[in-house]
Amino acid sequence: MSSSHAHAPGLAHHFDSYEQQRQSASLGMWLFVAQEIMFFGGLFTAYLIYRLMNPVVFAVASSELEIKWGALNTGVLILSSLTMALAVRMAQLGKRKAIVGFLCLTLLLGLTFVGVKAIEYTNKWHHHLVPGEHFSFHLSPTEIGALQSHGIDVSDPAQAYYVQSRAEMFFSLYFAMTGLHALHMLIGIGLILYILRPAWKGRFNLDNHNFVEGFGLYWHFVDIVWIFLFPLLYLLGRHLPHA
Amino acid sequence: MSVHVSPTSTYVKVFLTLILLTATTVWVAFYDFGILNNVIALGIAFAKATVVVLFFMHVKWSSPLIKLIAGAGVVWLVILILFTLGDYLTRTIHYTAPPI
Repeated sequence: MSSSHAHAPGLAHHFDSYEQQRQSASLGMWLFVAQEIMFFGGLFTAYLIYRLMNPVVFAVASSELEIKWGALNTGVLILSSLTMALAVRMAQLGKRKAIVGFLCLTLLLGLTFVGVKAIEYTNKWHHHLVPGEHFSFHLSPTEIGALQSHGIDVSDPAQAYYVQSRAEMFFSLYFAMTGLHALHMLIGIGLILYILRPAWKGRFNLDNHNFVEGFGLYWHFVDIVWIFLFPLLYLLGRHLPHA
Repeated sequence: MSVHVSPTSTYVKVFLTLILLTATTVWVAFYDFGILNNVIALGIAFAKATVVVLFFMHVKWSSPLIKLIAGAGVVWLVILILFTLGDYLTRTIHYTAPPI
């Protein structure tokens, strides 16, 4: 055996160079992100169809969501994208402790996001807005007025049923879309916990920090999903008059 | 080809831009501009997503192959949405009316 068969540390034997390894890892991660776009795309398309078919009820149902929580979480997630981008930057510079520091900040912000989401889900549960047997969409007088101005009269049982069923559809989509997004956040939090130890031990250096780079792409993608979920779910009916 | 390392100031500027755009979209949502509400909200969302992709995800400095894959992901999403809506929006039954 000649010494040429010895592995350079952190370089898999099927790659010629660290650069080739880095580009392959980046390519693989981007292919994953591209299929994630399609994964969420199906839900976004379903949302779009039901919203176009029931624009008024969707706007009224949307106004039940609490904008303060949604806006706060948008800020938290954008800040976490900043700390994640800085963690990747520190990995590019091979600064071990700074990588760990920024990963910990990202972890805390990720947990904050999930915590706020838990508060929101609990509120929806208490307000009977979780789809299912106990779903009941309570209409305020101004909401009834808003529906009436668009030709929907809820004093008619058939039309009241229509409003309830389409509001339930809005909340089904709300829970499916934010739920899938929250699942991605939980996986992201798990992955940070998974790489904290190797990061602390100096596993990510100037030659190979592909895991941190790839994870950064994942984290930013999840941020982008929320960037679209926030206006589509929370801001849609904000201009309607409220009680 | 070596890795491009952006200065911290670039990332902070991107962050501030994203926060500013978020504040704008929330503020605008409280006014009734009719159909324009949707146009503005989605326009701002696309602007934010583009900034994240270009700077946080480094696509601005990535190889043409990575740019192609990122672009292809978006193109396929557009196909999914446009073709599906092309069906639903051209049906003769008007789903927008309450089924009474």
